[in-house]
Amino acid sequence: MTMVGLTPPRRWCGHALGSAVVSPHPQHPAVEVSGLVKRYGSVVAVNGLDLTLERGAVLALLGPNGAGKTTTVEVCEGFRRADGGEVRVLGLDPRSPLLRPRIGVMPQGGGGYPGVRADEMLRLVAACAAHPHDPAWLLDVLGLTGVGRTPYKRLSGGQQQRLSLACALVGRPELVFLDEPTAGMDPQARRLVWDLVAALRADGVSVLLTTHLMDEAEALADRVVIVDGGRVVAAGSPADLTAPHADEQQLRFRARPGLDLALLTDALPEGMRVREATRGGYLVEGRIDPQVVSTVTSWCAQQGVLAEELTVAKRSLEDVFLDLTGRELRS
Amino acid sequence: MTFPPGTFTPAPGRGGLLRMLWAQARTEAVLTLRNGEQVLLTVLIPLALLVALAKMSVLPVPEPRVGSAVARVLALAVISSAFTGQAIALGFDRRYGVLKRLAATALPRWLLVAGRVAAAFAVVAVQVVLLAGAALLLGWDLPTPAGALWAVLLLVLGTLAFGALGVLLGGALRAEVVLALANIVWVVLLLVGGVALGVADLPGWLSSVVGLLPSAALAEGLHAAVVDGSAPALRHVLVLLGWGVAAAALATRTTRLD
Repeated sequence: MTMVGLTPPRRWCGHALGSAVVSPHPQHPAVEVSGLVKRYGSVVAVNGLDLTLERGAVLALLGPNGAGKTTTVEVCEGFRRADGGEVRVLGLDPRSPLLRPRIGVMPQGGGGYPGVRADEMLRLVAACAAHPHDPAWLLDVLGLTGVGRTPYKRLSGGQQQRLSLACALVGRPELVFLDEPTAGMDPQARRLVWDLVAALRADGVSVLLTTHLMDEAEALADRVVIVDGGRVVAAGSPADLTAPHADEQQLRFRARPGLDLALLTDALPEGMRVREATRGGYLVEGRIDPQVVSTVTSWCAQQGVLAEELTVAKRSLEDVFLDLTGRELRS
Repeated sequence: MTFPPGTFTPAPGRGGLLRMLWAQARTEAVLTLRNGEQVLLTVLIPLALLVALAKMSVLPVPEPRVGSAVARVLALAVISSAFTGQAIALGFDRRYGVLKRLAATALPRWLLVAGRVAAAFAVVAVQVVLLAGAALLLGWDLPTPAGALWAVLLLVLGTLAFGALGVLLGGALRAEVVLALANIVWVVLLLVGGVALGVADLPGWLSSVVGLLPSAALAEGLHAAVVDGSAPALRHVLVLLGWGVAAAALATRTTRLD
């Protein structure tokens, strides 16, 4: 049977909508969370978390598994009730029915009837919106046209994720929540998601996403909020977070493994740290200035080795993240 | 991939209520009728039982045999689709995250329930048409108009009561547990719940208990409507109402989205 009457007219597709229909209260931030507390029994999942997502911006909640990211997002989506603190989404209580039509949600792990075909699922979600995108167009954008008639349970994890993203976007929301949007996706699909988030941002859609991928947060977000143990441990733009503190620079080079570093340590200024971080990969940490670089290269010359791939780098977001949340593997 | 500026300019809003109801009910009804196991449960087994009760003398069935068989098989059809099929589908829908997915759309919660109810009615309507057609081929004399009207009302009430019980079971437990329990309950109700065997054919102590089950109330009420053309006994209506209201009240507290 065909879905006569449920397919939106073509004019809704693409960029035909000239005038934006935006919120009546643009003065409110897209998401405002202050002092959020959420407990599951005796476990405190979120412990006094604050964050603000400005309109039209992209915020990445970055943290290890179990940090409280999904709980925070689900409180904002109205799926869970906060035990403490204040949460406003587009200026509204997150459980307000008025909010639902204005937001797009991509839950972790997607969602669909086991037997529903991909295109049926997207059309059903599109039918819940006043001005949906053309589902066929969106399926095509997400590379799902070929599996449009495949039952949901037979889609790969990455395909289910892409369908879930399509469902989050089809209603032309002004704010979208993406919980681990690229989990289980191949590199091409991941790149597509990044392009989509960039396009949403360019068109004024606010985006709150969670990820444990540093490069994703670094590439997409205007603002990164690093959470661990239910608390914010750092927040700022990716540039702020990775800005080289004067004493936190790195010089890396490759050379023959097993060099005796005692002489180099003596030759460098007080407080500099030198170690063979990986086999044949040396790391000098501290305040890196031209004199330090010169000391290192002349020490290499004395040792009769060629320093390859010598680089001076600021800390990556990954370094910031690991420094803040610890390097041990968590259970 | 690049997108022309303005592709995603926000234009939020809720879809029309009727369009949402239609889209969801239609999707759920089509999914049920497309699912092989559901078709076996809701159509093929009731059809086989109809033939067995009407044409074989293995089980005691009062005369007129075909009419009595139709009453019991319609009750089984409702139990199969509104209760067992509904519970299993709901259990796996929760597992696959569809309730959360739909709850995240503009679809109001009450409409989520209304869509499921409408889909259940649609499936029961298909079952009734198929079973009545088969019964006519077996020589069934159509009930009186009054009897047919009572039968429709009982089918509606039975679908609501068993649907509430199905949601109660399917909305609270793990999908595998739901699958097992929903099938066990189905077999028990079929064998000793006043469906395959009439309440009167059960041992005395059992028949008084079974008389309080919604399966027996529905089968006996349908017998009165379909065979005698009369209104169901008040007690049958009350039993169905009681189970339905209790299950619905409980289900609103226990049903989880995931």
